[in-house]
Amino acid sequence: MSARIYVPIDSGALSLGAEQVARAIRREAEARGIAVDIVRNGSRGLFWLETLVEVVTPQGRVAYGPVQPEDVPGLFDAGFHHGAAHPLCHGPTAQIPFLARQERLTFARVGLTDPLSLDDYLAHGGFEGLKRAIALAPADVVQAVTDSGLRGRGGAAFPTGIKWKTVLDTPAAQKYIACNADEGDSGTFSDRMLMEGDPYCLIEGMTIAGLAVGATQGYIYVRSEYPHAFRTLQAAIGRARAAGWLGASVAGCGRAFELEVRMGAGAYICGEETAMLESLEGKRGVVRAKPPLPAIAGLFGQPTVINNVMSLAAVPLILARGAAFYRDYGLGRSRGTLPFQLAGNLRHTGLVEKAFGVTLRELLEDFGGGSASGRPLRTAQVGGPLGAYVPATQFDVPLDYEQYAAIGAMVGHGGIVAFDDTVDMAKMARHAMAFCVAESCGKCTPCRIGSVRGVEVIDRIIAGEERGRNLALLDSLCDTMLAGSLCAMGGMTPYPVQSALKHFPQDFGIDTAAAA
Amino acid sequence: MTTPLPKTAELDALIQAHRTLPGATLPILHAIQDAWGYIPDEALPRIATALNLSRAEVQGVVSFYHHFRRTRPGRHVVQVCRAESCLAMGADALEAHARATLGIDVHQTSADGAVTLEPVYCLGNCACSPSIRVDDDIHGRMSPRRFDALVAELRATSGEGVTA
Repeated sequence: MSARIYVPIDSGALSLGAEQVARAIRREAEARGIAVDIVRNGSRGLFWLETLVEVVTPQGRVAYGPVQPEDVPGLFDAGFHHGAAHPLCHGPTAQIPFLARQERLTFARVGLTDPLSLDDYLAHGGFEGLKRAIALAPADVVQAVTDSGLRGRGGAAFPTGIKWKTVLDTPAAQKYIACNADEGDSGTFSDRMLMEGDPYCLIEGMTIAGLAVGATQGYIYVRSEYPHAFRTLQAAIGRARAAGWLGASVAGCGRAFELEVRMGAGAYICGEETAMLESLEGKRGVVRAKPPLPAIAGLFGQPTVINNVMSLAAVPLILARGAAFYRDYGLGRSRGTLPFQLAGNLRHTGLVEKAFGVTLRELLEDFGGGSASGRPLRTAQVGGPLGAYVPATQFDVPLDYEQYAAIGAMVGHGGIVAFDDTVDMAKMARHAMAFCVAESCGKCTPCRIGSVRGVEVIDRIIAGEERGRNLALLDSLCDTMLAGSLCAMGGMTPYPVQSALKHFPQDFGIDTAAAA
Repeated sequence: MTTPLPKTAELDALIQAHRTLPGATLPILHAIQDAWGYIPDEALPRIATALNLSRAEVQGVVSFYHHFRRTRPGRHVVQVCRAESCLAMGADALEAHARATLGIDVHQTSADGAVTLEPVYCLGNCACSPSIRVDDDIHGRMSPRRFDALVAELRATSGEGVTA
């Protein structure tokens, strides 16, 4: 019997040489006359162990990592293809503490299966949610999503079910489902991992959304920085269509749903929902004023559900297991789980799906293992480039939409970027303004001009020019941007700036002893 | 870059292949840039005519998006990530090394035409920072030493990768 060996095809693993590892295993096995069946899976999300090679044994899958091509002959010498001991062996994958302590609902299949295998998908509970949705009345599908407590995972945390109900209740000849896969926030990669590692899950979620609100066409807007995810989705859509899961009669139910992937073009602002619609329509990605809400007049002026990849990918499970199953995770008004992404200066970076309520300290220390550099962690930016810098004194605040808002921070898309004590926070504040200069769509003045002035003012503060006056000016500027911008780009750029200033004033040359 | 100047017939064929898609502008621009590495001047009026847009509207779309180029790049495009996660792991030093090694600033092409250097804000490889992208391939945990090895490889190859 041939040994079944898993080597990830996730682009993070590929960026560390997974393709060369797969080739080395094939070559070495042939040279030794050992039969191997190499499966290319998604990533388990333990990136410090990538390339993570798994071997199927009677005791389950056994992990080896990080494997380099030059390790492969030694692994065969040790008998890794039977699950034998080796310095790179971590034992059964499922028992690695980083994985064992997670609550993987949305990511249940990612890393376990061959992403493009429909058989694998079905064998791991795939399309159960869609089958349930087909049997229900559309309004009942929407009700299930509402009852689950699911809120928009892109960052805005708007209740998904309410959005769907608005589209369902708006009569139109044509409605759309638009999936926002323009995952531009630094420190985030969960959308990419899911699209590359379990694309049918997103396809299933979008199909359920289509049937629920009466939309027959869906678009997935993928950023151009994700060529691999784009190709995986294209291939998956082709296979799903050929098998009858998409098309004129979804799974033979008599109702239609079609899906197409579109590629963005390197504009961060197109992650804002109305800018994304403009881009899908072939225009400059300029933000639209609301109202009208996209749920009433969205893509090509028609009622449109716009959801993030993570929101749509949570839906199949909610339908398959019931709203209560999902709602039982989490706390307060933050229900279910969030796939957190640990990035930056950490020993153990990767994907951690946990129920809301986990603290930053648990994520950074218990899962992340502290800094990669070995130096003390000083801060973490949570929620992308528009998220606040959270100081170590606030690492114990539970990650929950409301409790984070109360400390002037945001959970956002769950990206967490850790910094050690060498970080210069004045430089990071300047970076936030400079990023807004580069990525502002230009429609509203507070964002377009405010960001340019913001860089100049921070430069003067750093240089020590009239520091008191310029700090007051920066404060006023941030206030204008917060209150006067059309969307979150200008409206939230002050978050990283002001949190850096508030928690780390000494980095700006402010004499905290004198100020006190 | 060895790809010859686009013939108008080839441009028209690409435009025709995508013209009927709803919101066809971006798919058409992607197809053209994938084929030639940039959006040549000749393309703009032809896209405008096909989509019943003004030339200014097409120009406006091209100039809005960082991804689209109006000039011919080097045989390979190297993007160095400048976003927070990579900054936390030494992206500043890596970019400085890239500029020094190639003898160019960002948005410029090395004298031998091998490499165009660009900044990028996030490649979604934040668990393996710092990251760079070479054509369509992402490389994680990049060090100056590995960067030099990669550039040596790029200089030795002809550069089909850019149109992949």
